[in-house]
This record gives sequence, C-alpha cells and structure tokens, in this order.
Amino acid sequence: MTYAIDKNGYYGYYGGAYIPEILRANIVALKQQFLALRDDQAFNAAFFGLLKDYVGRPSPLYYASRLSERYGAKIYLKREDLNHTGSHKINNTIGQVLLAQRMGKRHILAETGAGQHGVATATVAALMDMQCTVFMGETDMARQQPNVEKMRLLGATVVPVTSGSKTLKDAANEAIRYWIHHPVDAHYVIGSVIGPDPYPAMVAHFQSVISGEIRRQLMEQEGTPFPHAVIACVGGGSNAAGAFHHFLNDKEVQLIGVEAAGKGVDSGYTAATIATGSTGVIHGSKTLLMQDSDGQIREPYSISAGLDYPGIGPLHAYLHETGRATFMQVTDEEALQAVFLLMHLEGIIPAIESAHALAALEKLSFTHAGPVVLCLSGRGDKDMDTYIREAPAALKTHLP
Amino acid sequence: MNRIRSLFEQKEKDILSFYCTAGYPRLEDTLPVLKALQAAGANMIEIGIPFSDPLADGPVIQESSAVALANGMNLAELFRQLKDVRKEIGIPLILMGYLNPLLQYGVSRFCRDAAACGIDGLIIPDLPLEEYRREWQHNTEAYGLDMIFLVTPFTSQERLREIDDCSTGFIYMVTAAGTTGGSIGSDPETHRYFSFIRDQQLKHPVMAGFGIRDKTGFEQVCAFAQGAIVGSGLIRVLQEYPAKGEPVIREFVQSFL
Ligand SMILES: Cc1ncc(COP(=O)(O)O)c(C=O)c1O
Repeated sequence: MTYAIDKNGYYGYYGGAYIPEILRANIVALKQQFLALRDDQAFNAAFFGLLKDYVGRPSPLYYASRLSERYGAKIYLKREDLNHTGSHKINNTIGQVLLAQRMGKRHILAETGAGQHGVATATVAALMDMQCTVFMGETDMARQQPNVEKMRLLGATVVPVTSGSKTLKDAANEAIRYWIHHPVDAHYVIGSVIGPDPYPAMVAHFQSVISGEIRRQLMEQEGTPFPHAVIACVGGGSNAAGAFHHFLNDKEVQLIGVEAAGKGVDSGYTAATIATGSTGVIHGSKTLLMQDSDGQIREPYSISAGLDYPGIGPLHAYLHETGRATFMQVTDEEALQAVFLLMHLEGIIPAIESAHALAALEKLSFTHAGPVVLCLSGRGDKDMDTYIREAPAALKTHLP
Repeated sequence: MNRIRSLFEQKEKDILSFYCTAGYPRLEDTLPVLKALQAAGANMIEIGIPFSDPLADGPVIQESSAVALANGMNLAELFRQLKDVRKEIGIPLILMGYLNPLLQYGVSRFCRDAAACGIDGLIIPDLPLEEYRREWQHNTEAYGLDMIFLVTPFTSQERLREIDDCSTGFIYMVTAAGTTGGSIGSDPETHRYFSFIRDQQLKHPVMAGFGIRDKTGFEQVCAFAQGAIVGSGLIRVLQEYPAKGEPVIREFVQSFL
C-alpha cells in the first residue's frame, strides 16, 4: 500500500527532490534500486529475516492496563523500545544498508539527533562490514552522551557538527555535504521520512512493518485489525509514518501525530513544525518548515534531540493539509511528566521522544470503546541523565 | 541588449568572474565590493544571496553567509542596495541563491525586482529543471533574466543535453565532486571530464567554478571552458577588506590576469 505519491515523489504539493545537481545521479540510482528491490523476493527475505532474528520482531503489542485505567480507554503500546538498539530506527537502517550493499557501496553515512539512528546505523554497518560515519550536532552529543560512546565502540566515526544550532538539522546538512564529496562510494542513510525523493517513501516503506504488525496483532488480541486511533510522536516522522502506513486508507482509524512544543508553541523555543511552520524547501524536500519571513530556517528547540527538527516529512505535511491526520503539540514539561507516569504505572522507561506521544493521552478524551495504539518508539536509556536531573520536580508535582 | 551574451561575444576566452556574498563583510559593502571588482578587471560577478542552510557550500562561503545574515542582509535590503547599481556597474551581474528564500519572497516578485535592478541572470542550485519549467521559466523569460544551470562530473550526456536546452546565458561546470571552496584535481579523470564537456558542442558557453583560487587553476580550466568563477578565494580576501580597503580586492583580481 502506498499513499498518493506521484512518480516524481510528490504527496500533493509536498515532496520532490530539491538537490544540487551533483547528487542527482545518486538519487536517481537510489530510486531505481529501491523500486526494483521493494518487491524482490530475495531482498525481502533478507530484510524480514534480519528484522525477525536480529531485531527481535515482531515487537510486542502490549496492553497497558494501568495506563488504560487512568485514561478510560484500551491502550496498547507498540513496543519499538524493545527492538535491538532500542528504537524503531533500526527497521529503516537495515533496509537501507541492505540496499546500499546491493548498490556496491562501502561507506555508510548518517545524521543523528538523539543518537538512536546513529547507533542503529553503526550497528548495522558493523554487522554488514561497512565503514560508517555519523554526523551529530555538538549540542546533541552533550545531551545524548551514552549513544555517542556506543557508536564509537561499534566502530563508527562520529563527526561533531558545529554549525547552526548544532543539532539535527545541522547534522543533516553536514551529512549531505560529505555525500556531495563522496557520491560514488558512500550511501547516505537518512533516518526519517525527510529528504529528497525517494527517501520519504523509502523510509516509510521500511518502517511500515510497524503498522503491518499492529494489524495482525490487534486481530489476534481484539478480533479486529482496526484501532480507534494510532498515536505517534513526530520529529521527521518515521515512526509515525510506519505506524500510520497500513491504516492510511482506513478512514475510520484516527491518526494522531504529536510534535514537540518545547517551551510552548508561541514561546519562540519550539520544534512544532505543523503548528508554527509554512511551506518551503528543507533538506531537498518541499514541505512545512519553521522559517522567518525571509525564508531563513529557524533554529528549533526541544528537550528531545530526536524531535528537535525544524521540518517534517512531506507525507505528514500532506496528511495535515488533507485532514487525514491530526497533529498535537506537547511541551518539554508535559513530556517529562509522561515519562515518570509511565515508569510508575507500567514499569517502562520511555525515550523522551516517545513520551511526547504518551503526553498526548492527557489531552485526548476517549469516548469510543475501540483500542488505541500508541507507538512507543524507543527506550529511555539514552535519556537517563535528563531523567535523573529532572526527576525530583516532576515526581513532586505528578505522582500520587 | 543582453549583457551576458555580449560578454561572450566580445571575449571568447579567459573570462574572469567572481562570487561575493551580499552584505559581506559588512552590510553596506555589497556595492563597494562590486565596484572594486569591476575596476580591477572582473568580467562578470555573481552576487550570493545569503541563506541559513547553504547545502552546496563549503565552510568559507557558509561563514560569509552567516555573517551577512547577522548583518541584516535579506532580499528587500539587497534590492534596495542594488537599485542604482547600473549607474556604476556595466559588467553582467548574476544573483545566486538557494530556493527557499526566493520562494518566500515570491517567484514573480523576485524576478521582477531583480530585473528592475538590472540583474542579468540567476543561479539557483537546488531548483529542479521540472520546477523551473513549471514555475519559473515564464517569469525569467518575461523579465529577460538568463537561467544558469550546473553540470557536474556525474551529469550524464543525456542530462547535459537537457540542461543545455533549458539554459540561457551560459552553463556552469562544477569542477569536481564537492562543495565550494575545495580544489581542482589535475588527475586524468578530471581531465577527461573537462574534455568531455568541451567536446560536446554545447549551444552555450561554459564557465568553470568551485575550487579555482589562483592563476594556475584559472589557466587550467580556461583550456576547456570560456572562463571561470572564483568564490571562496575572494571571500577569504574580503575578510581583510574592512581594514585594508579596495587595494586587497584589486591585488587579488589582478593576480589572475
Ligand atoms: C525513540 C525515538 N522516537 C522518535 C524519534 C523521532 O524520529 P521520527 O519522527 O522519524 O520517528 C527519534 C529520533 O531520534 C527517536 O530516537
């Protein structure tokens, strides 16, 4: 199943490939290879084989009874946090590195914010014996230190990025510039449903395993493949795209994306692209992005390195415009409260990104009896410093 | 009269062009820098519109872009500065900018205001040909602006034809796989690439750019192209412009002659 993408990679008005000429040959070759392999039996056997035996898929669809009791709805958590390397990012990474291998590439590049995509890429590069270079903003290196060490131990070179806000956007800029210098031997594994065509569609395809499993698991556990709603956090939007994918044509399934409001949508310190953005071009794609009236890209802010991005995948811009998906905003503070609540009620330490989706539960009212599926995109190991620092205040105000 | 066409008619080789960032090193330096370049013997100038995220640029031009933005440069300010530029500058002027700021300004408004200042052509490195044909071409044609596209070592022969068909003015030959501010190779592959472009019988003249920083590099590419564009090398020199003034520009330009 694909969603309204045309042959040039547009979802309605959004998408396309706005790249310097030097990368065009790469993008064209990548698209050909992806289209040839997405339905190739041997390729899919390798891909799904690794997802099963190496990643540990299917990830459980866990009925969270205490969370359900609190919100008066049947809440299921899609446990992407239990994947090898701790998040959904590895689904895409395995797909893309397999693809790169078939294209004869020897060197894998990645940008990373939270470090989850970087760790996933370093891991798969080690597995497939490829050279790996990860670009990471200095700000993010400081706040996600454990992941920096993991990448290095796995044999990747981590390049600190010092331009701009020193976060995810700048890391992607540097990865693209490096790729411009090494277009023949390197493949750039973009970590979300962003970037020039074919990346958004390709990353969504590899992540769509999430919603494929949700349908089967709900059928087994609830007797219906259709949830009432699917909720996921949105940075670039890959875990959301994966969780939405197989429900896009099922109009009765509500799709809810949750973006990072930072210190508040109107505070000037936010990463809420849908709420504050307008149409433009970022990282090779026409989409919604945060910019000033001169078209300069604004520096985003969020406590969550993985959501600290001034754009959003073109698919989500389109889902927003058409009204197929609803987008909500959650502040740093609300996300932290959700972290401690989930620890307390379910004994699960979520990633700060995923906690944004959890915090949306506070704002939704559930009148429908149908199951609600929330994509728990990652685990909180990388965020322990933040949680330890923030725990006292958050615990005081929010736990019984 | 089209200034770009008459330049290539009058001077068939060794055309020396420079890239400078608008509003750099100080906001009001744009026009004095253009004048100094022309006075020193430049044949053509590309004026860079600063952008927060210049993907195809190396550290030197990135830095100049950030400084120019911090100085307060934007399109409205640039067009204000260039309002009477044609009273003083006779050589072809080209605006080079990334797509996003131009989209926010408005495609037709941008073309209109550029033309009103006497700008001759545009380079937009992240504008796809299809979008150019759909949303830009009727504007650039209506306002008499040339459209310059880039070709690279990875541009196929078929694509090269397509670009040649779409282009007006000249074709910009990127010297190597890289961002601005690198260096040009003297390896056999680079030689093969330059020869390939030269031997294609393109409809348009070719200017080489990226990594040309001195007379040796200039002469190397001028054996294959009608001329070359010097960017990062000039930006580096402009860092000294506030302290030392116009002579630093004159000396730099004349080092290529
Ligand atoms: C655990 C986790 N969830 C979500 C995200 C956000 O990415 P996306 O919006 O592509 O799912 C990240 C990014 O680093 C992440 O690490």
